[in-house]
Amino acid sequence: MNKNNNDKPITATKFMKELHRYRKGSISRRHFLGVTGLGTAMAVIGTAMPSLYSNQANAFGDVGDRLIFATWPNYQNQVNLDEYTELTGAHIQVNAFGSNEEMLAKLQAGGTGWDVFVPTNYTISNYVELGLIQELDLSRIPNYDASANNPKFSDPATVNGKVYCVPKNWGTTGFIVNSNKVTSQPKSWKDFFDATMGKASGHTILHDYQLTTIGAALCALGYSFNSIDAKELGEAEALLIKSKPHLFAITSDYQPGMRSEDAWLSICWNGDGTQLKNDMPEMQYVIASDGGEIWSDFYAIPTDAPHLDAAYAFINFMQDPYVQARDAAVHGYAPTDARAIALQPDSLANDPILHPALELMNGLEFGAAQTMTDPIRAEVMARFKSA
Amino acid sequence: MDNHKRKRKSENWLTAVMLAPTFLWFLFMLILPLVVILVFSFGERAAVGGYAGGFTFEHYANLSSRLKAFQNTMTIAPLGTLLCLLVAYPLAYYLALRVSKKFKLILLVLVIVPFWTSLLVRTYAWIFILGGRGIPTLLEFIGFEDVSLINTQGAVLIGIVYGYLPLMVFPIFVSLEKLDRRLLEASNDLGASPLKTFWQVTLPLSMPGIATGCMLVFILLMGEFLIPAFLGGGKVYFIGNALVDLFLQSRNWPFGAAISVTLVAIMLITVTFYMRMLNSKTGRDESLM
Repeated sequence: MNKNNNDKPITATKFMKELHRYRKGSISRRHFLGVTGLGTAMAVIGTAMPSLYSNQANAFGDVGDRLIFATWPNYQNQVNLDEYTELTGAHIQVNAFGSNEEMLAKLQAGGTGWDVFVPTNYTISNYVELGLIQELDLSRIPNYDASANNPKFSDPATVNGKVYCVPKNWGTTGFIVNSNKVTSQPKSWKDFFDATMGKASGHTILHDYQLTTIGAALCALGYSFNSIDAKELGEAEALLIKSKPHLFAITSDYQPGMRSEDAWLSICWNGDGTQLKNDMPEMQYVIASDGGEIWSDFYAIPTDAPHLDAAYAFINFMQDPYVQARDAAVHGYAPTDARAIALQPDSLANDPILHPALELMNGLEFGAAQTMTDPIRAEVMARFKSA
Repeated sequence: MDNHKRKRKSENWLTAVMLAPTFLWFLFMLILPLVVILVFSFGERAAVGGYAGGFTFEHYANLSSRLKAFQNTMTIAPLGTLLCLLVAYPLAYYLALRVSKKFKLILLVLVIVPFWTSLLVRTYAWIFILGGRGIPTLLEFIGFEDVSLINTQGAVLIGIVYGYLPLMVFPIFVSLEKLDRRLLEASNDLGASPLKTFWQVTLPLSMPGIATGCMLVFILLMGEFLIPAFLGGGKVYFIGNALVDLFLQSRNWPFGAAISVTLVAIMLITVTFYMRMLNSKTGRDESLM
């Protein structure tokens, strides 16, 4: 389903081209090793012959035989997970979730057994306040380079001067439109809802996720994506309920509907936008002109993580620039780490969906912590769904 | 005399030991959770979600905000049960009375085979069968344009019949299987048409199977959330979906608890009426449970 550029052997012509670029000095050695796959090849040889790989292997030490990782669907490269298991002997059990609220619900109920999980920027201060995640010992994550990360994305990791997580990827929340079916070229959330209740009636997907669905309705009405104002939320609820008979579905699993062309419009995360466009060129990812979300995701360790050593080893492993680039090649989201971006093939590093022009992102907002716990937003979403 | 008493005492003691695991199981796995739910339903939602103590009826007063979910469940669950019955009965009849011994076992196994995979995976497969590239494309070939199946009540009903069919087939099959064939012959000898024989002999004698099957399917359907979530696209919303949302998304445990208690109450009333009706129809000697 996903394209994994780094797993495909490089062609001879491409290899020679990269070699020339490297000789001329126009790309770095690391980039060269990355794009040609030589870096990976050496890593694999190194694993097979531990003496060649002693530095890394020693760094891991004995971390136990298990790691439980809670994350999002289609958000990691299996090759990376397998390699971690090979290096450390710890087997990874992956649990995938569809919303931050669901992760919070599980952690609040207790006894998750998670060692590492992937929260989004706006949730971190809530987790810290509730004592659900632990402060990180950065000396155990030497692969993390704070200076290589854009503070815009990495800042939410620091709460009250303490670092609680390290960044994974960043992206935007806009919408995807099948331009063969919807010819009106919607540019804003207002256009999106107009099309939904007009020509595209019966063919729109909204997320089963309060932040993005209510946020989209708020933007269409000219309010902030993060509003918790009762009056504004009331108007958003009215808009959502009015549009409900015109929807195809309310689900965060929107790729199947878009691919089968049952749905023509959907709220969309940009990585999924890339995945869809790769297979169907008529798919257009739009950052809405009247607002939307910009977000970053992180690796964090729950307070009661049972396999702490494995958790640190995993986060450290995943912070390696090669590993990050290999991850991004599969899921299509941009790394926050400049070292990883440098290793990406040009097609990804210059992709307008993954790295949109700055002026396009002016209207975007980071999710706000209070949207997660606000009872009115939660109830608006629930009433919309049961309407 | 003394000896007898002692023996009786030790027998009582033995009975208590034998029943203890069951008793403890019911206490900890059924009664206590229900008590917790009941207590929660009168509490408050904590600021960040979850449960905070307190005593309020506000959640019960707010039940009407989920009216649509109750309505959907209360109409689609009985309808789904009925459809299941209509599909399952001929199948069970065929399996019990018409198929030769040689094929019976194979066909029975085929009815069970789907149970070997998770319902989740099988329901997910139906998304593609009912989606635009599935059955609607085939229908286009024979001239039915723009048929939309997925994310409708119809799709949910198809999923229900598919998912619950074996639960209906087996009880009916069992009651038809043990039906005394001589009664059918007698009916025939006395001049009844096959249809009349069916209405007056076969159907009444298979009532216990029908009743058990309907009960199994109906009770499970009342709590169903997976099929409406997948095949209803979040638009066909059951009480089960409301509960999932309240506990896993908005984390309003007290309100979720209040809805659970209400659902249990509705089920108790419905099932009691159902049993009464059946018992008065079939008579005590053929009562079901």
